[in-house]
Amino acid sequence: MGRYLLRRLLQLVPVFIGTTFLIYWLVWSVPGDPFAGKCGDRGCPPNYRAMMTEKYNLDESIWVQYASYMKNLLQGDFGITFGGREISDIIATSYPNTLKLAVVALAIEAVIGLGAGILTGLRRNGFLDNLVLVSTLFLIALPVFVIGFVLQWLLGVKWGIINPTVSNEMRFSELIVPGFVLGSASMAYIARVARTSIAENRRADYVRTAIAKGLPMRRVVGVHLLRNSLIPVVTLLGTDLGALMGGAIVTEGIFGINGIGRQVLRSIVTKESATVVGIVVVLVVVYLVMNLVVDLLYAALDPRIRYE
Amino acid sequence: MRVSKRASGALAVGAAFALVASGCSSGNNDGGDAGASKDGAIVIDGTQPENPLVPANTTETGGGAIIDWLWSGLVEYPNNGGAPQNLLAESIETSDSKVFKIKIKQNTKFHDGTTVKAESFVKAWNWAAYGPNGAQNASFFADIQGFDEVYTEDPDGPDGPQKAPEPKAKEMSGLKVVDDWNFEVTLTAPTAVFPTKLGYSAFVPLPDAFFSSTPADFGKKPIGNGPVSLVSWQDDVEIKLTRFDDYSLRDKMKVKDVTVKIYQDDTAAYNDLLAGNLDFQQQVPVSALAGDKWKTDLTDRAMASTTPSTGIIAFPIYDKRFQNPKLRKAISLSIDRQSITDKIFFGTRKPADSWANPLTPGAEPGNCTACKFDVAQAKQLLQEAGGFQGKLTLSYNADASHKEWMEAVAQQIKTNLNIDAVAVGVPTFAVFRANINAYKMTGAYRAGWQQDYPDVENWINPLYVTGGSSNDGKYSNPQVDALAKEATAAPSIEEAHKKFAEAVKLIDQDVPSMPIYFGGQQSGHSEKIKKLELTNVGELDITSVEL
Repeated sequence: MGRYLLRRLLQLVPVFIGTTFLIYWLVWSVPGDPFAGKCGDRGCPPNYRAMMTEKYNLDESIWVQYASYMKNLLQGDFGITFGGREISDIIATSYPNTLKLAVVALAIEAVIGLGAGILTGLRRNGFLDNLVLVSTLFLIALPVFVIGFVLQWLLGVKWGIINPTVSNEMRFSELIVPGFVLGSASMAYIARVARTSIAENRRADYVRTAIAKGLPMRRVVGVHLLRNSLIPVVTLLGTDLGALMGGAIVTEGIFGINGIGRQVLRSIVTKESATVVGIVVVLVVVYLVMNLVVDLLYAALDPRIRYE
Repeated sequence: MRVSKRASGALAVGAAFALVASGCSSGNNDGGDAGASKDGAIVIDGTQPENPLVPANTTETGGGAIIDWLWSGLVEYPNNGGAPQNLLAESIETSDSKVFKIKIKQNTKFHDGTTVKAESFVKAWNWAAYGPNGAQNASFFADIQGFDEVYTEDPDGPDGPQKAPEPKAKEMSGLKVVDDWNFEVTLTAPTAVFPTKLGYSAFVPLPDAFFSSTPADFGKKPIGNGPVSLVSWQDDVEIKLTRFDDYSLRDKMKVKDVTVKIYQDDTAAYNDLLAGNLDFQQQVPVSALAGDKWKTDLTDRAMASTTPSTGIIAFPIYDKRFQNPKLRKAISLSIDRQSITDKIFFGTRKPADSWANPLTPGAEPGNCTACKFDVAQAKQLLQEAGGFQGKLTLSYNADASHKEWMEAVAQQIKTNLNIDAVAVGVPTFAVFRANINAYKMTGAYRAGWQQDYPDVENWINPLYVTGGSSNDGKYSNPQVDALAKEATAAPSIEEAHKKFAEAVKLIDQDVPSMPIYFGGQQSGHSEKIKKLELTNVGELDITSVEL
């Protein structure tokens, strides 16, 4: 187990270097002079462009730029934006907001999705099953921004139940609706995966044995059935945290949340490689760590899986 | 000019011109309740300033609006678009439009309690003009004697290996402090419009604190001399402003606190406005304009105004194919501007019919004969010009809403002149602008102009004079240059306007670009605000707000 963990952690290093370089290179390849569009239709004075180009090393080759960026990064220096803000400050303020939103979304999709999945998996073809089937299809079919705008308008403007946008304090109660919007599609998938998995295992030999042994139903479902059926669901949920954080850009925009989405979008448009890479680096780490946690959870859920 | 950085807000589809000219006011005439206003607070929408708030280094609307509130300049532009009036200046005197004696009002204060002196201006201007400081607004100081000694150009452009030589001087020789309240400005050549320019935010004074700090640090906690001071700035969240109680010039604030809430999405801001969480939105989202939804939503709190900006399509005259003025005029005459403003902009922007925006002092409505829609004449001119070979591209930046109207223009040229015209979207404004800067355009392209200061000069010199700061198509007509020079050097503004009118007649024959529409703005405010006015460029005049 310890060796497995170590090996997995070591694997993170090349993945980390590879992803950061790819992202740096991609943003660098976006055509255009980042300072040409700064002053509107008037155009910027040449001196301004010359000063900024030199200040941000943009006249160097991509290799030199990337190497100096990585050198600073390893010393904990994320660099500064073209507007002169510390990128580490941007990360420190925007990440917790996105993380909060993603965790709320994850909690909502886990509770509702799993609940619906278990209920329908145990009682297939009933009224509830069909209802969940139709409503999940509906959620999957609708793009996030449609759900977002409709809920914001109905609950926020028409009925006045919530504030249309989230305040700076990011209170939990304010995040329920944005979290639901963000997690809606995944919630539908989780409900469906859980339902299938439970329905399948319901007919498995070990479940029949457990019932035949005379175990109470609660124990059969709660311990034997659920534990085995959860493996695909855990995979989904684990990798979803990263996907939710990266995919929160639309939801953040609709509800005015100061998260990483707007920062990434802004810096891609303005060709600020350092900001994009800085934010994505942290996201990459989240993905990698979540994957590792999911793999370790398998062993806890399924005794047949052992890591050496 | 300032450019809007909010992509979705870039399509400022105009609404009915119910209230003529900017500076319209809204609300009942007896104003607000003085008691409610006194300690009142409002929340208005904004965008994150791109750079630290240094006046000479801000060219975008997000930071520009806040700078306009934090600082007061020598002169101010009245909300109704009229001639500038002295604000911080006691008097600006000149006998030859070359040497200006400026006297400032005594004992006005910066927000940190220090006094605004003549030196505060001179040092600020010298800093902005000094080349190595790389200020975005440096070119505004080019009129002043000695500018070329402090601002040196890179001989082979920013992309070349050489660097700009170190300037010979650090200060412009044309600026002289006489005493605490008087200073003298000598220009390279007589410029009648110079006092008008002084109202632009690049010309505001800076406190000593600026020079003992770095621009980046100062810009995070700027110290101005305007009716409000900055309390705090939380990046991407909000900027808090409060009334500056020692403000002694005209127009003190009636409300106390102003919070500029930073939105990334104008629809989110609009929903907050409808829900009563936001008190003012300068431009409602495009989605609210369709079917006049915003008017139904906001009823008497909807405000339509015009802004002194014009949508233009420019020609790259450095390209051989566009050097015949007859061809350029033929293309311009084949565009039905009325149908574009009616159908694409829901009848809310106005078809352009003059070279300078009609809201600008000195502009003459209807002086663009090339802006008419006359297919017969267009066809004849095209024939005289020998037709047009190949494809005519009309490029625009696709990261803002320009696609629809540019395509409509292309379609009209195609239908009316049988030229193979196509609208081509360039992915981002940065790429688009880089191509324009490098004179690499191979067809006509979208341009736009919003006045920096209210005078027709601002619509001629930068755009149509040889070597003008935004003459991107390299249009050059020696007669226009001579007339514009005479106009600029005229002893009075009235005579300057007359000469500029003559220059415009020549420009109208040459058609270096095609004005297409005049801009408009649709704003909304909350029920809480009983009275407010917009400035000459459509920003909120925060001193006018009453609750």
